[in-house]
Amino acid sequence: MSQTMTGAQALIHALETQGVDIVFGVPGGAILPAYDPLLDSPIRHVLARHEQGAGHMASGYAHATGRVGVMVATSGPGATNLITPLQDCYMDSIPVVAITGQVATHSIGNDAFQEAHTWGISMPATKHNYLVTDAADIPEVINEAFHLAATGRPGPVLVDLPKDVLAATMTWHDPKEIKLPGYRPSVKGHPLQVKSAIDLILESERPVLYTGGGVIRAGAAAELRTFAELADLPVVTTLMARGAMPDSHELCLGMSGMHGSYTATTAIQQSDLLVAIGARFDDRVTGEVASFAPQAKVIHVDVDPAEIGKVRKADVPIVGDAKAILGQLIDVMEKKLGGNRSPERTAWHEQIAGWQRDFPLAFEQDPEGPIQQQYVISELHRLTDGDAIVVAGVGQHQMWASQFWGFERPNTWINSGGLGTMGYAVPAAVGAKAGKPDEIVFAIDGDGCFQMTMQELITASVEGIPAKIAVMNNGSLGMVKQWQKLFYHERYSATDLTNHTPDYVKLAEAMGCVGIRAERPADVVPALEKALAINDKPVVIDFVCDPEAMVFPMVVAGGSNDDVIMSPADLPDPAGPQPEDVI
Amino acid sequence: MNHVINVQVENKPGVLARVASMFAGRGFNIHSLAVGPTADPEMSRMTVVVDGPEMEQIIKQLYKLVHTVKVTELTPGQGIEREVMMVRVNAEAAKRAEILEAAAIFKAKTVDVGLSTLTFELAGEPDALGDFLELMRPYGIADLAKSGRIAISRDNKTNGRKGRQRSA
Repeated sequence: MSQTMTGAQALIHALETQGVDIVFGVPGGAILPAYDPLLDSPIRHVLARHEQGAGHMASGYAHATGRVGVMVATSGPGATNLITPLQDCYMDSIPVVAITGQVATHSIGNDAFQEAHTWGISMPATKHNYLVTDAADIPEVINEAFHLAATGRPGPVLVDLPKDVLAATMTWHDPKEIKLPGYRPSVKGHPLQVKSAIDLILESERPVLYTGGGVIRAGAAAELRTFAELADLPVVTTLMARGAMPDSHELCLGMSGMHGSYTATTAIQQSDLLVAIGARFDDRVTGEVASFAPQAKVIHVDVDPAEIGKVRKADVPIVGDAKAILGQLIDVMEKKLGGNRSPERTAWHEQIAGWQRDFPLAFEQDPEGPIQQQYVISELHRLTDGDAIVVAGVGQHQMWASQFWGFERPNTWINSGGLGTMGYAVPAAVGAKAGKPDEIVFAIDGDGCFQMTMQELITASVEGIPAKIAVMNNGSLGMVKQWQKLFYHERYSATDLTNHTPDYVKLAEAMGCVGIRAERPADVVPALEKALAINDKPVVIDFVCDPEAMVFPMVVAGGSNDDVIMSPADLPDPAGPQPEDVI
Repeated sequence: MNHVINVQVENKPGVLARVASMFAGRGFNIHSLAVGPTADPEMSRMTVVVDGPEMEQIIKQLYKLVHTVKVTELTPGQGIEREVMMVRVNAEAAKRAEILEAAAIFKAKTVDVGLSTLTFELAGEPDALGDFLELMRPYGIADLAKSGRIAISRDNKTNGRKGRQRSA
């Protein structure tokens, strides 16, 4: 195809060529030219009520579908409102492309109306970004942007398009071959390193597979399970890896770290070999680095070489794609074993089973007491048979969702891990539901989070995207309050939200959703059943929850993972040293 | 300890900002940075002098930038390093002769003569520049401009070894 068109038409055509079926955005002055050809395109545009919402929708869509999510905004405030979602996607390696309008090239630098230095502002929040100054470059730039977003370590890419570039005429050409001499992500792991890894695994007595979001991004869940079974390795699925291994599998230990299970955290601490795959030794996982898994040798598989050795020295570093390398590990292990079973590590498995027996994740729901969030999550899991996409905001409800939802498959757990963006859940759920309309998408959100981005429920109802939201209404910024309780002598500074304002049921109805309230434990199941029966509208359930509940287990920030606190009774003396320099 | 790294980058708009932003964002310290063209017009070379122990991370983070093509660490003594400096020294009439004598020893070029100052240009090894500066300091340094270090690896044929190349 070689026809004359505007830069804006070229942009939309390029997006179509990439297979984009949906974009999330908000129009404005500088991006106006791009919105005109969108009317003639099969691409669906979802009109968000705030650009941040559009960005998280693109992220939720990418999480749920594994495809590149697209967000669109105008110049200036439109673009700056995308920075939080971009940084969020950067931290969690989510493939998204942001298209932003910019003032005309001749106005750039003149403090024009709605001008911001988007290229500069977004640089540290993106994997790569572009300012297009010639409409003829659009086919190549869009092609590169999608390539960069989706390959190697996935991430956000921003393309800034000045209004005159969008309005200019150009002759469409299919993009030339991508020429990025400095960008050659490794796929296969070095065979000698793979062999060394297998040798270490066969020698080890207390190994643990420590998996991160990279396993999910690489689509390597099946290979992970095969390898774990073949090599008889217990698997820890960190916050970003929930669902990479079925929680019902006997080798799966669940989440480790600050609010991980005692078993997962302790198994890592006691291990003699950590096989880290697509994980980055985040501070929420390691606690105090010096005392993290002190006896363990480390095999570190990651597509990003900069992650290897960043926090913990690797004995065997392997750079490449998690799926490809797990395939290599399986091949080499099968050859080594020659049909025999992996060496038995009976003592290790028994030790782990003992921890699971003695320190299970548990909660109590007093039928006459306030609603416990864990109870809501457990009942929702039971009623859906766990067959739903779960989206969370950030805080107590997020940790409980990760702890008490049994995940059986990848891409069903969507949350903001690295950046910890409160307000992520509502728009991310809308994006996920838009990408996976046939699945139940249930956001488990906090009341603090909900109030940050709830207006995207208007988007959901107007656009016909029936996501469901459980607002865990404890009337406070619960996790912050928990820290004030534990470390600031119960001095509750600015964490009280009150649980009666706003009225979430009326608010839901005002936004075109169904609103349900559950105030007592007996209300929980009927409320969930009612919500699950509604498929034509978004639903909001206001669960009035226990305001005093705290998340356990817990490792104090900056503390050692040897000191897992199981209940308030295990807490250190509040008069003792306070964690002033750690977050 | 200072480390010298050569960064070959694609000659694209904003590439210096990307490198500088990465250093700032990751908390790495830049001692000096010089940018210029290379024999290939599509490439630029940055010579970065960094201090701090995180060399491995610095190099890996540089490689993460899409426009970074090659990073070479010149281990001490194994690269050829040069720097240019211009220094204006207070030089009252009585001191002029001895200042010029010292400058002659260092082969510094006199590029400007004022009523009460002399300005020298000196190019050479960074240590030699430092030595000359120390010698001039007692007279009073009125102004100073340094180019930042540039470096190139030694060819294998000579006694030196090529700088270590680290790949991503």
